[in-house]
Amino acid sequence: MKARRVIPAVIATGLFVTVLSACGGKQNNATQDAAATDTLTIGMTQDLDSMDPAKAESAGTREVLFNVYDGLMKPDTDGNLNPAVASEYVISPDGKTYSFTLRKGVKFHDGTNVTAQDVKFSIERYKNSTTGGSLVSAFAAVEKVDIVDETHVDVVLQAPDTDFLAYFTIGITPASVEDLDANPVGCGPYKYVSRTPLENVTFEKFDDYWDEAGRAHIQNVVYKVTTNTDAIGMELAGGSLDMFYRTPEAQLSQLSEEEFTIYEGTMNLVQALYLNNAKAPFDDVRVRQALCYCIDKGQIKELVSGGKGEEVGSSMYPSFGKYFVPELNDTYKTDIEKAKALLAEAGLSGGFTFTIHVSSAHPQHIETAQVLKEQFAQIGVTANIQQIEWNTWLSDVYTGRNYEATVVGVDASALNAPSMLSRFQSDAGNNFVNFNSAAYDETYQKASASVDDAEKTALYKDCLTILSEEAASVYIQDLPSFVVLNKKFTGYEFYPLYAQNIALIRPAE
Amino acid sequence: MRYVFKKCGTMLLTLIVVSLCLFIAFWLISGDPATHILGTGATPERLQALREELGLNAPLFVRYFRWLKGFLTGDLGTSYVYSLPVRDLLASKIPVTFFLAVFSFVLVCLIGIPLGLYTGRHAGGRADKIIMVCNQVIMSIPPFFSGILISWVFGMILHLFAPGGYVPFSKSAPAFFSYMIFPAIAIALPRAAMTAKLLRGSILEEAGKDYTRTAYSRGNTVNGVLFHHVFKNAFLPVLTFLGMSLANMLAGSLVVERVFNIPGMSNTLLTSIGNRDYPVVLAAVMWIAFVIIVINLAVDLLYRVLDPRTAQE
Repeated sequence: MKARRVIPAVIATGLFVTVLSACGGKQNNATQDAAATDTLTIGMTQDLDSMDPAKAESAGTREVLFNVYDGLMKPDTDGNLNPAVASEYVISPDGKTYSFTLRKGVKFHDGTNVTAQDVKFSIERYKNSTTGGSLVSAFAAVEKVDIVDETHVDVVLQAPDTDFLAYFTIGITPASVEDLDANPVGCGPYKYVSRTPLENVTFEKFDDYWDEAGRAHIQNVVYKVTTNTDAIGMELAGGSLDMFYRTPEAQLSQLSEEEFTIYEGTMNLVQALYLNNAKAPFDDVRVRQALCYCIDKGQIKELVSGGKGEEVGSSMYPSFGKYFVPELNDTYKTDIEKAKALLAEAGLSGGFTFTIHVSSAHPQHIETAQVLKEQFAQIGVTANIQQIEWNTWLSDVYTGRNYEATVVGVDASALNAPSMLSRFQSDAGNNFVNFNSAAYDETYQKASASVDDAEKTALYKDCLTILSEEAASVYIQDLPSFVVLNKKFTGYEFYPLYAQNIALIRPAE
Repeated sequence: MRYVFKKCGTMLLTLIVVSLCLFIAFWLISGDPATHILGTGATPERLQALREELGLNAPLFVRYFRWLKGFLTGDLGTSYVYSLPVRDLLASKIPVTFFLAVFSFVLVCLIGIPLGLYTGRHAGGRADKIIMVCNQVIMSIPPFFSGILISWVFGMILHLFAPGGYVPFSKSAPAFFSYMIFPAIAIALPRAAMTAKLLRGSILEEAGKDYTRTAYSRGNTVNGVLFHHVFKNAFLPVLTFLGMSLANMLAGSLVVERVFNIPGMSNTLLTSIGNRDYPVVLAAVMWIAFVIIVINLAVDLLYRVLDPRTAQE
């Protein structure tokens, strides 16, 4: 008879313990609420790839480090470049020498002053770096860095380039710190506190930030890695997260309007069906144009993101207003008959079959590929979609260029035209679409060499026109971006490139 | 004792074979740490330079023996992505998964064994029928679904915990425990149901054997027979299952760690595979293989204690 009494007792104890500790959890939430506006917890789907700007590659890392490292220049929400660590700059008439006057009293997070030596050290470190994204690799074009005096530094380029200014947004770091991954020190509005790989990164407000108007409002900021995108809505509603950018549309419906503000913007990228111009049949401009005539961008937007997003017609996104050419959106108006005629002209009246490789980590690109597949079927073209893992995509598609077509978004590493356009020169190392046009190369080089801004801008726009007319790829849209912020906070603003300025966010009341 | 030494030798051999297979697998799949580190900033020249710097240009076997030498001398290498010693990286993840596994295991035993005993003792009764039906249902619910269900009911409706609000033990022990209860339940439920079913079946089988009848004829009560005679024999197959379960749980429950956003081994392993961060993957897999081998060994030894017949064979 012993067993009869023991079993219910065990179960009862188990339940009791569960309830007890669950109550503990509730109290804990209550204390968290009291201090709520002291700490902002932001979710991110991938961990940062490095804390060192010389190693950081992904756009997701750059936008976080934007808060920690200030450069000689800093972009604002309108896309202007303003002096930051530098107070003034002069570009020599030949476009080769950039002379910076350093701002007085700019302090690093460790309390030391930013000196000319630090500036020279930083730029030379980027110049010699084997890692990092295109922002870092741009510094390979630097010839030398001269310290004129304590507050003046000249950066000399190997060749004239008046677009180079945008790259100086890269962080200035102290010459005394060798391993920035272990000890990240910059001079931005937030300073590094701690990091647990694959879990979180914590920052706190830097009280001695040089720009008084730009100082942060919230004491602590925690970036939390949330790999499971399906749980974002739940984590926001449950209070584990206060903010999430690039929230999947499906998650938005779970959030109540009373508790959250949803900011609508764009991701600042060019999403396209990128075609391998070196592979048949895409080596024929008529085939590429046929695909452009075949697609209906409105329908793609409707099916992928409920009609949100901005259409593009070339390799430039709308929020980059200086270079965006809206007319190019209409180079190809949906016209199935014309598409069929072009295919027939190219000798492919019976259609053809090709494969779209798409990264399994990017649901919007997968969905876009699925809509495209249906649209291409109208002209007898069969597209097979193959999902591959991101690293396989990088290695086979992006660097190996062993593919026919891929849907992906290309973003700008800095606020200048070359960030979006240099890759389409026929000999560019990152010309993953193998675009090859003598006219383009010539126009681009002319634009790049020009020191007159108006002329330069016009030439870059010509480049965009060439890309559009040659149908280098099937340009689609700049994807919508939904930023969710708990109503305890306010003040979020979009930038025209990958940057999240957390210093703008403040407690609501 | 000789048996244990022999097993240890086999273990080392197994680990080496597993690591070699993994190395070859990494060599076969596209992408390497350099493509990951450079991402879209890659050009053929930069990739080449970085591979040179990271020592990735060396032939496969040179790299393998470099790694093996480190492994045998206790150096697990450095993560390519985090520039951190792999040992430090995993040292913070293993305890989390370890705790979750042990917690779940305790729940499995606490729920499964009493239920199995009860339904075995009262087989055919009304309670038995009800419990067995529930058991069947619970066994067929995959943990990711029960995980989402638990998050929804306990997190969103009852507000007993914040979904995804994992708190590390070092920050607050009570918050850590109260969070871990829910994923532990998600992991434990199907296994507990399985344990109960196995134990019940095993008891019924043993109850029909001759020695049970003899035990009854000696004047024992039903409970006396159940606890002193049947249970010992009936528990052996369950022990194998529990051992396997514990090994599996220690290896990490990928799905539950993702659903509850717990920074354990599985999450680390999966992310590191995506990053092609193979020193981390190798170390993690070595750990998992090690745990599975050790637990199998422990189960074997326990068998010998519980059933001396196996030792003599």
